[in-house]
Amino acid sequence: MNPMADQLLVLTLLLNFIVLGTSRLNLAVRAVAVQGIALALLPAIIHPFSWHLAGIVLGMLIVKGAVIPWMITGAIRKAEIKREVEPFIGFITSLITGALFTAAAFIFAQNLPLAPEHKGLLFVPASLATFMCGFLVLIARRKAISQIIGYLLLENGIFVFGLLLADAMPGMVEAGALLDLLVGIFVMGIVVNHISREFSTLDTSKLTTLREDVRP
Amino acid sequence: MFSQIMGDPAARVFAAILLVALSGVPGLFIRTGATGQRLATAASAVAAALALPSVVTMLLARQTATYSVFWNLPFGACEVAIDPLSAYFLIPIFVVFLCGSVYANGYFPAARHGYAEARVTFFYGLLAAAMALVVIARNGALFLIAWEVMALSAYFLLVTEHEEPEVRTAGLVYLVATHIGTAALFVYFSLLNAHTGSFLFPAAGGLHLPAVAATTLFALALFGFGAKAGLMPLHIWLPAAHANAPSHVSAVLSGVMLKMGVYGILRFLSFVDAPPLWWGGLLTGMGLFSAFMGIALASSRRDIKRMLAYSSIENIGIITAGIGIAVIGQATGNARLAYLGMAGALLHVINHSLFKPLLFMGAGSVIHATGTRELDTMGGLAKNMRWTALFTLAGVVAISGLPPFNGFVSEFMLYMGFFGEAASSSTASSYLVVGAPVLAMTGGVALICFVKLYGVAFLGAPRSAQAAGSHEAPAAMLLPMAALAGACLFAGLLPQALLPLAEAAMSVPAPVSAGLGGSPVEPGWFTFAGLGLLGLAAAVAVLLGRRLSSLPSSASRTWGCGYLAPSARMQYTGTSFSEMFTTLTKGVVRASVIHTEIKGFAPKPSAFGYVPEETVIERFLVPMFNVSGSCFAFVRRVQSGRIHIYMMYFFVTLVTLMIWTR
Repeated sequence: MNPMADQLLVLTLLLNFIVLGTSRLNLAVRAVAVQGIALALLPAIIHPFSWHLAGIVLGMLIVKGAVIPWMITGAIRKAEIKREVEPFIGFITSLITGALFTAAAFIFAQNLPLAPEHKGLLFVPASLATFMCGFLVLIARRKAISQIIGYLLLENGIFVFGLLLADAMPGMVEAGALLDLLVGIFVMGIVVNHISREFSTLDTSKLTTLREDVRP
Repeated sequence: MFSQIMGDPAARVFAAILLVALSGVPGLFIRTGATGQRLATAASAVAAALALPSVVTMLLARQTATYSVFWNLPFGACEVAIDPLSAYFLIPIFVVFLCGSVYANGYFPAARHGYAEARVTFFYGLLAAAMALVVIARNGALFLIAWEVMALSAYFLLVTEHEEPEVRTAGLVYLVATHIGTAALFVYFSLLNAHTGSFLFPAAGGLHLPAVAATTLFALALFGFGAKAGLMPLHIWLPAAHANAPSHVSAVLSGVMLKMGVYGILRFLSFVDAPPLWWGGLLTGMGLFSAFMGIALASSRRDIKRMLAYSSIENIGIITAGIGIAVIGQATGNARLAYLGMAGALLHVINHSLFKPLLFMGAGSVIHATGTRELDTMGGLAKNMRWTALFTLAGVVAISGLPPFNGFVSEFMLYMGFFGEAASSSTASSYLVVGAPVLAMTGGVALICFVKLYGVAFLGAPRSAQAAGSHEAPAAMLLPMAALAGACLFAGLLPQALLPLAEAAMSVPAPVSAGLGGSPVEPGWFTFAGLGLLGLAAAVAVLLGRRLSSLPSSASRTWGCGYLAPSARMQYTGTSFSEMFTTLTKGVVRASVIHTEIKGFAPKPSAFGYVPEETVIERFLVPMFNVSGSCFAFVRRVQSGRIHIYMMYFFVTLVTLMIWTR
């Protein structure tokens, strides 16, 4: 396949590690934004030109590269949080686990019953690795904003997988996925605002009222 | 085009169902004033006017209209149909819904309840429409969808006053109980699908199964539908739920929604070509047990609506006993028995859906006037609430199974069924005669129960300031009560008007009954006996009135017992009235009695308290849940409440699945 596409995918994988390894939220947001831009460019490289494709690429660039990072940065500024302190899983441990997951994704992708033309591509392992790293961020971090970033990583992983099917995927589906993402981030932004206003903290580990208490 | 569609009676019924479902929607948007409620009432009236004549015509012509529904769900073909059995059960839905909607204008007005009224009105319509859909659905999946909508809208209705912790508890118990029943129905329809290869209902008599499979289905149907109907061991949710809902909601829940369980059982029986004899025996036994236990528990209650709720268990028991008799008749090929049982059961379905809403509405008027459900603080209401008292009296006589009202007709059919077999043959069905005394005893206890209800609430002297200051209900509440009381009298005096409808409906679950070619009891006799009784009563009243007017008279307080200075507290209370019966049945009707012993010649002040117990819940279920709760306490550790941990569960599951499927 296109060597350029492979390089973008490797970039995506490396950006995962930045998100996993940094405690600075702004850096993590920027990493996700760059990842979004890289992924937005991917379909332009692997598929022949069409207006429909150009629309999608442009939309992706604007939403993933600009709007969402801008919204999250705004939330960070409002909440006055710069760093993720005391995560559930430490940064070094997260990095090592992320590396293990990436390796596992490569092994797993080899055993998947894929269509013959998709065998041996970097798409599937990159997708699975990004997906699992997203999950890892969701599990490992305390702050609501880190959770949003984890969610974004997860979506990016799904998007890479979707690229394999991009030929068969009508524009509506992609637009729908994008809208879904935007609304999701939007809702989470509102939630974050409310959490910080009500509890003057963004530490989601303190929100444990979901648990039902053992009756006496 | 429109008039062409509306020319079809079945289409009119479907339109009416749609109208009912949407009746509460405008109210959700018109937030101020009573416009939403009035619109809903108007919609219910139009729906009833559309549906009822069509339903009756279709029943009399014994028409079946089947329509296939276009849907994209993966449950195969879907049909809705109105056959005589469905049409028969549609009648109470539309009648009670209309009466309840009118009643709500006085009982639950938008002016006093604000947005809560809009919610109640919306779910009220949704509940009625879902019940109608349950009755006409011919696909298991559609049936379950409608069943679930029905169960959930009933839940939202009964937690209307959710500020009260008691209401929330009742709602929770109901929700759990109804879903346990629904779980059984899921298995039931899945098994049915496995046997027939489709979710479409099998044709009448079209299910030929080996004994084990048929018995499994029967047990599941009995459990699932019995839980909804409130048959005795499965009744635990019923009293609290019906007592805590607003009265016009209780009227529908008790008068109609319980019948959906009965409908389910009847529909299942219609599938089976030859039900075994023991099914009938079991149904009769369970029915009689429910009937007696229900009324015995009702008679010891102090809460007026709880009494009515327990009496619903009794009435459902009577209906089930009737179905049992019919199944025995069907199994032995005895047309007379099948006819009497099914006629009794089906007539009682309609009758109970007339007098139970009437009584709940009467109770609602009383609560509206006095602000309490406690029977022992009422009294003397008949003086201020003449019309309510009169209509409630009609309901009380009807539910006790006395002529000239309708309860007598259906119970008489069952007596005929029980007794008729004693002389007829030497088969197993002659044991049926044992049921007659049980039914008679139930009737007797029902009389105790309802004399208590009516006497303590309406007669005597007021026991509290609220009872003394009671006021008559507004016309919007009296009107539906009058209509229902009139219908009770009509159905009692002219059962020949209802019998053809019941005959049409019974041809579906008990085809043997058609062999009789008409009622074994000449319905004219009911008219004759009823009118005779009314005439006799009138004659006695005239005679007594004449005697009294010629004698000197003195006025004193009611139930003053000849004391010089009687007080309202010296009267019989509801508790003391039923005390003797409660002592006799101590084994089954438990109550905790709190009293201090009185000693010496000048005793200190003493107190006496009486709290009836919910035996099954308090003695059996609560301990059982506590034990299972402590046994499974370790599971709670999984429930940490932290989002991160839940995310980890997702992830672990996902990775496990990935490795598994590899």
